[in-house]
Amino acid sequence: MNLNFIVSPSPHVHSGNSIPRCMYGVLIALIPAFLVSLYFFGVGALIVTLTSVVACVLFEYLIQKFLLKVKPTVSDGSAILTGVLLAFNLPANLPIWIICIGAFVAIAIGKMSFGGLGNNIFNPALVGRVFLLISFPVQMTTWPKVDILSTHYLDAETGATPLGLLKQGLPIDTLTSDMLLGNMGGSLGEVGAIALLIGCAYLLIRKVITWHIPVSILATAFIFSWIVSLDAHYAMQQLLMGGMLLGSIFMATDYVTSPMTHRGMVIYGICIGLLTIIIRRWGAYPEGMSFAILIMNGVTPLINKYVKPKRFGEVKK
Amino acid sequence: MSIVWISTLSLGVIGAISAIILYLVAQKFKVNEDPRNGQIVAVLPGANCGGCGYPGCGGFAAACVKAKSLDGMLCPVGGAPVMAKIADILGMAPAEVTPKVAVVRCNGTYANRKRTSHYDGAASCAIEASLYCGETGCPYGCLGYGDCESACQFGAIRISRETGLPEVNEDLCTACGACVKACPKGLIELRNKGPKSHRMFVCCVNKDKGAVARKACTAACIGCGKCAKECAFEAITVVNNVAYIDFQKCRLCRKCEAVCPTGAIHSVNFPPRKPVEAAPAETKPVETQA
Amino acid sequence: MLKTFRIGGVHPPENKLSAGQAIITAELPKQAVVMLSQHIGAPAQAVVAKGDKVKVGTLLAQAGGFVSANIHSPVSGTVAKIDTAVDAAGFQRPAIYIDVEGDEWEESIDRSDTLVKECTLDAKAIINCIKESGIVGMGGATFPCHVKLSPPPGMKASVLIINGVECEPYLTSDHQLMMEKGAEILVGVEILRKAISVDRAVIGIENNKPDAIRHMRQLAEEYPAIEICPLKVKYPQGGEKQLIDAIIRRQVPSGALPIATGAVVQNVGTAFAIYEAVQKHKPLVERIVTVTGKSVAKPSNLRVRIGTPISQLIEMCGGMPQDTEKVISGGPMMGKAVVSTDMATTKGCSGILLIPSLESRRKEMQPCIRCAKCVSGCPMGLAPNLLMNLSSHQNWDGCEEERVMDCIECGSCSFTCPAHRPLLDYIRQGKAKVGAIIRNRNANK
Repeated sequence: MNLNFIVSPSPHVHSGNSIPRCMYGVLIALIPAFLVSLYFFGVGALIVTLTSVVACVLFEYLIQKFLLKVKPTVSDGSAILTGVLLAFNLPANLPIWIICIGAFVAIAIGKMSFGGLGNNIFNPALVGRVFLLISFPVQMTTWPKVDILSTHYLDAETGATPLGLLKQGLPIDTLTSDMLLGNMGGSLGEVGAIALLIGCAYLLIRKVITWHIPVSILATAFIFSWIVSLDAHYAMQQLLMGGMLLGSIFMATDYVTSPMTHRGMVIYGICIGLLTIIIRRWGAYPEGMSFAILIMNGVTPLINKYVKPKRFGEVKK
Repeated sequence: MSIVWISTLSLGVIGAISAIILYLVAQKFKVNEDPRNGQIVAVLPGANCGGCGYPGCGGFAAACVKAKSLDGMLCPVGGAPVMAKIADILGMAPAEVTPKVAVVRCNGTYANRKRTSHYDGAASCAIEASLYCGETGCPYGCLGYGDCESACQFGAIRISRETGLPEVNEDLCTACGACVKACPKGLIELRNKGPKSHRMFVCCVNKDKGAVARKACTAACIGCGKCAKECAFEAITVVNNVAYIDFQKCRLCRKCEAVCPTGAIHSVNFPPRKPVEAAPAETKPVETQA
Repeated sequence: MLKTFRIGGVHPPENKLSAGQAIITAELPKQAVVMLSQHIGAPAQAVVAKGDKVKVGTLLAQAGGFVSANIHSPVSGTVAKIDTAVDAAGFQRPAIYIDVEGDEWEESIDRSDTLVKECTLDAKAIINCIKESGIVGMGGATFPCHVKLSPPPGMKASVLIINGVECEPYLTSDHQLMMEKGAEILVGVEILRKAISVDRAVIGIENNKPDAIRHMRQLAEEYPAIEICPLKVKYPQGGEKQLIDAIIRRQVPSGALPIATGAVVQNVGTAFAIYEAVQKHKPLVERIVTVTGKSVAKPSNLRVRIGTPISQLIEMCGGMPQDTEKVISGGPMMGKAVVSTDMATTKGCSGILLIPSLESRRKEMQPCIRCAKCVSGCPMGLAPNLLMNLSSHQNWDGCEEERVMDCIECGSCSFTCPAHRPLLDYIRQGKAKVGAIIRNRNANK
């Protein structure tokens, strides 16, 4: 028997949680939304998602292996998650080469240039998406029409999204029930509200995320858009349209780029909610979720600095 | 065309106004400092290591300018040449500089010290030292997690993979003392570099009784005192079961080394002895470069 | 709604393998090794010499200062030598070696099992008796008990809180003690209540011990001043500050002593030791130790004489399993991994935990992903990730500003970190450094 014991400072047990577990937890939570997009957009959704995931993982691997010369950590799932989230923010008829550019920007500029996992200031998937949105405005805003189990990819019939119609002052032809199910135009992962909420419930039960960020974003967005429109139905639609749910549940809650304390998370969420509605209502773009989250990602270090956790036995000065 | 002209003109005006503002502000907040300050900073190595005891090279330069004489002022990195230049700038006599070097006083290599436990905490000597005595039976010896290595700005001290102990590269070591401060066991000492870099020192600080120390490490100083008796210059003292060679008094005769029963006394950089009285292999100096 | 503390907390797997195992008395060792420093504070000074004959309960060493404790002989026999022995950390520390001969006790000690309820001593005499008997906090912190019972001038206790939480996974010694010696513990609580003259005592027990809650409730019916308070299971509820918060909803202000909230906290094991000391004149010479671990043949609760080598206790429970790579004195969250099993049992040793090789090593550290699990898990409301950063960059001023001194070293942060970062290792280091800086500053004032 080996009598040389291992010694280490306490604690000697661990929760068993790990970075891959967190990442794969989020991926599992994204499955319902993915199934919904497969149903409504068909093969295009599959091609875009696969391309994005493969490209992100490949870029991360290549950069770590040949540029940084460190042990590649693609198995931790963070690159896969970035890939899926990027794909979920793209139209299902986007050409492969544009997706690859987006994946490159997301991984190389959004993540690796800051020092890799844990050091990026901005959500990499959103960096990729916003880069594409600005660089390829036509392709990025030409949404395929819903076509159940479609076999069309690049040649899919295109149409407007509810948010786009709203921006142009046109009436929305989508029923609220269709919005809940995902039967509307939009980025491939953002349409199925119920599926996204199922994912949210899973994340909350598994304690991957806390309720603070999604609830504060959605509540603020709802209340603020109600106040500015005096129309509860409109406010409700604001939550269901575009990337509001996907953003508040999966993008804004990204560990690395969101605040550390519960109070900070609420502040962050309220600001995202306000910014999104402001951009949607008064801005040039129909959708403001990505910009709102990126702006608040930039503010997060400041929130972390000034909003400290509630301390035990705080002595009032 | 007029658009071009208007743009050029307006930009030019904005630029000119900004320049004037910048100039005025710079004048207003100008710091008057001794020009010699800058000159001294220019000759200093710029490592900002703090080895001189002042906050960075700027701090040292300011202190030199204020000082009445250069006695006791030393940039350990630059050594005598830099101090001579500073003395030149200030018009003072350069202080005498004895070059020093960091010496690691532990020879508890993997071979010499039996491991008794395996530490699996944060890889930092300071953290291990605050909780455990170390992975061997010797509570005084090197822990081998390289706090000295990460403290050294000059890459002069490295943990050797073969021995698990730090090795000092004499050519790179500037004797800034960062490793001395970093070592939680206080193993590293700045000693005079010695004539032709010849040095003698006791490579152990174990204060345990001889038998206990010997059990933990075959190369430990057991405090037997043979070296102190042998020394003709009273350079060796034995306190708390461990011998110490005063480098001011030592004449480098190497007699102590020969009588040490555990090989704890090391001599460095001496030419090899005549084959008859060759030093035992285990006293091979730790600092000599491979 | 069950009570619990309000900030942070984690839920480590309980693994109470030895729950319900009746307390077995461990065999006497052949040679007892009594460490002179078994408590927080100054080491005790030996008052016996080599060759002296001692009985169980003979004073071996006297407290070496105000914060210190007497040490009594746990065995009868001859003092073999006064030398050093290896402690848990591998350092040589002063110790008294006693060769055991028979089992003869000091005449004054009442060894019968009869329950003595009446206590005629006054507060001062009780505290004195506790001090003489060398009683320290038995929960693991080993703070000399009499010091805690003598609040600094101007402070007045208003409630006595008894800690029967045992929130550390694996350990069951307090649980079993409550089941078997509940009546004695309650007498001990009454004595403690008298010693600090408060008219309310609350025993906090976590809800994972329903049998102990029921049993103690039943026994406490005849003591109107004693209340049993079931608590929601959450680690580190057994921490003094957390327990006070859970039971009386008051938070010990940062930097202040717990007495600032009017609460004095004692462990159930301490209450039992106090009963024995005051009513039976028996000094602290033995304690209950849980010997446990996933591959241990017979996880047990043992009554052990102080100074018994822990290797002997492991033998009693089926021997050291082949796959053991780590031995912990105490629980897995705050206990100390020991260098060797030659180490002697001390007053603060609440358990011996053998960790099999599968769980003994830490996983490789990964970059912080700022998931904030350490922040929400910290029961003191600190930001462990930030403190670790500051400490690893040796920014001690920053550490102090972020209140590193508030850390209770419960290990919730390291436990919960998905990146396996050694948060507590660095925070503990920061705490040590900042503590030294503060002491220096105060000394220079």
